[in-house]
Amino acid sequence: MSEFVQYLVNGLTIGAFLALIALGYSMIYGVVRLINFAHGDVFMIGAFAGFGTLTTVGVSGGMAVPAMIAAVAVGALTTGIVGTGIAKAAYVPLLSSPRLALLIAAIGVSLALEEGVKVLTDARFKSYPTALDGGRIFSGAVRVTWGQLALVVISVALMAALWLFVTRTVTGTAMRALAMDRDAARLQGINVERLILTTFFIGSMLAGAAGVMYGLYYVQISFGMGFLIGLRAFTAAVLGGIGNLPGTMVAGVCIGLVQSFSAGYVSSRWTDVIIFGLLIAVLALRPTGLFGERVVERA
Amino acid sequence: MTLLRVTDLHSRYGQVEALSGISFEVGEGEIVALLGSNGAGKTTTLRTVTGLHRARSGRVEFDGRDITRLVAHKVVAAGLGHVPEGRRVFPALNVAENLLLGGYLRRRDRAAVAARRDEVYEMFPRLGERRDQLAGLLSGGEQQMLAIGRALMLRPRLLALDEPTMGLAPQMAQQVLRVVRDIRDQGATILIVEQNAHQTLRLADRAYVLETGRIVLDGPASALAQDDRVKAAYLGGDPVIEAT
Repeated sequence: MSEFVQYLVNGLTIGAFLALIALGYSMIYGVVRLINFAHGDVFMIGAFAGFGTLTTVGVSGGMAVPAMIAAVAVGALTTGIVGTGIAKAAYVPLLSSPRLALLIAAIGVSLALEEGVKVLTDARFKSYPTALDGGRIFSGAVRVTWGQLALVVISVALMAALWLFVTRTVTGTAMRALAMDRDAARLQGINVERLILTTFFIGSMLAGAAGVMYGLYYVQISFGMGFLIGLRAFTAAVLGGIGNLPGTMVAGVCIGLVQSFSAGYVSSRWTDVIIFGLLIAVLALRPTGLFGERVVERA
Repeated sequence: MTLLRVTDLHSRYGQVEALSGISFEVGEGEIVALLGSNGAGKTTTLRTVTGLHRARSGRVEFDGRDITRLVAHKVVAAGLGHVPEGRRVFPALNVAENLLLGGYLRRRDRAAVAARRDEVYEMFPRLGERRDQLAGLLSGGEQQMLAIGRALMLRPRLLALDEPTMGLAPQMAQQVLRVVRDIRDQGATILIVEQNAHQTLRLADRAYVLETGRIVLDGPASALAQDDRVKAAYLGGDPVIEAT
């Protein structure tokens, strides 16, 4: 029983940051109809920006939570800027080109980011300060740390903020409208190019925050970490119905649980076989995602 | 006074020439109709005028200002509203949100947008009743009202309407055209594209007839309604309203 609870706790923690990455895929796909293959690498850059912050300020045990929040904030801001820059340089100029051109640009950006960070870090792993796990919340068979709790709380707060932004603000409403009909959005006076950049900023910020959270949780980071995690998060986005934000949040947590339980009860070597098997199954059987089409077609 | 002046406008999609030198004018306070069959270039004309499609050559002047190269969102800001073909309401947003976006350019002034929205609800009581309903679930006529109301949120000086009666039942179509007349009577200028020539010629002051990217006829609507060529081509019997 305590085993099961432990896997559940771990899965929720992993799901907390997978969902954040998946949301970026989903939002960006919504406004440009592009699977942003560089998104996983943006996540990786977030992890390094957070690492840089923590090694600069230095961390002692008592300052764990404030340091953690600062690292997440710096990571998010860095990737927000990087993601917007990528979109402006590589994607916006291709908006009216065939879809394939965008996709190839995204793959190019992904490789450039990975190789760039590889050179800058001498292809070495870096380790987050472990003092950040903040110790265990209670002593018992199940291990839950304050750090884990903080990660989940930060993730939930970010998702709640995103939800309020998208549903309650004019800009968020315009973003949803842009995802439905680009020309109609232009006719409302919406500067579509600028709104796309705003979407990239927010989506990339979420990925950057997730990158720092990953580092805090797994400790080791490297230039190549974005590839696999990116694909897992992408699976979550497809599972949730790409473009469907609440579905993506739920699916991100689900993939986290799948990862944790498969590693616990089967073997971590099988985790990706199971996750990507799931991706193939969803694409084959329910390409609109588990939660179905949320978008109402025109009458 | 001429509000919109289009001079020798050329436009193409890929290799296909869609407009081969279109010239027309819309005077302040007029209702001007562009008539023509499918593929004549009516929609392309509107899309090129409002900046959704790029002109190859020619000139579009709005209120004396050259707007030929202006991108669509700036054309809207200049006071030219466009209700596109097929209504294009945002289906998964509710009525209130659709109208909110109609006022997007004035978003910093929330009170003004809300007040204008109430005026639109007064103009279209049906929209007021259904303000929380998703636009995709409205009937075709209601969606058309919403598309028009959304374009009115910024009080455009000129409203361009692309086939507003398409796919509507005859009664609904007439109601939409009455609304168009009301909008003009409240001070806006109207440029309307229609296949339904019969009713449109009764509404419009003047009309232009397009054929394969050229204007082949123009004149006062009442005269065109009597013109034999127009009668033969567009008014041959009862008005046909296609269902989609």
